Amino acid sequence: MIIEPIVFFIVAACFLFFMLASVLRIGLGPTVGDRVVGLDTMNTLVVATMIVLGAAYRQVVFIDVAIIYALLSFVGTLYIARYLERGL
Amino acid sequence: MAVIVYVLFGIGILFNGLGTVALLRFPDVYTRLHGATKCTTFGSIFTAVAIIVYGFSRGGADGRTLAIHTIVALIALLVTNPTGSHAIARAAHRSGVKPAGAVVDKLEERS
Repeated sequence: MIIEPIVFFIVAACFLFFMLASVLRIGLGPTVGDRVVGLDTMNTLVVATMIVLGAAYRQVVFIDVAIIYALLSFVGTLYIARYLERGL
Repeated sequence: MAVIVYVLFGIGILFNGLGTVALLRFPDVYTRLHGATKCTTFGSIFTAVAIIVYGFSRGGADGRTLAIHTIVALIALLVTNPTGSHAIARAAHRSGVKPAGAVVDKLEERS
């Protein structure tokens, strides 16, 4: 099966555009919760983009980085939620 | 076989775009969380499934390695993403953010 590498780069460019829209929500969200939601969305999109780019460049290391990024961003989100809930 | 990968990529891009539109257009933090988290999780699942199908059908050692690592990344995404959004929603409610246009808050009365 032949898939042109440009297909992967088009998908990654779409995800990059969505990430920029999430950055817009992080910038102008009125409460802290809105900014955290934008950050969470951006983390998910970064993981998806890393998986697609790992297939495009034929580097499995990118997908390992995506696994670690997903777990670390989960820890970060939990800490921000705990801070919102009852302070440090 | 390539058509399956294209269709899965299309579903992934569509749902990630819908999640981003929901993040930009919905009125308060709970509806934004609802739209953005569910749609981006669904779209990322389909993007990862597209890469898994691509890796297994490309064959060879590196193709199978790509597919299996993507399965592990998909499991990590599936476990962490709903848990994080639940924590954000609970923290937003306890920090006193009201839903837009809410008249009563039954969860606040109960606790």
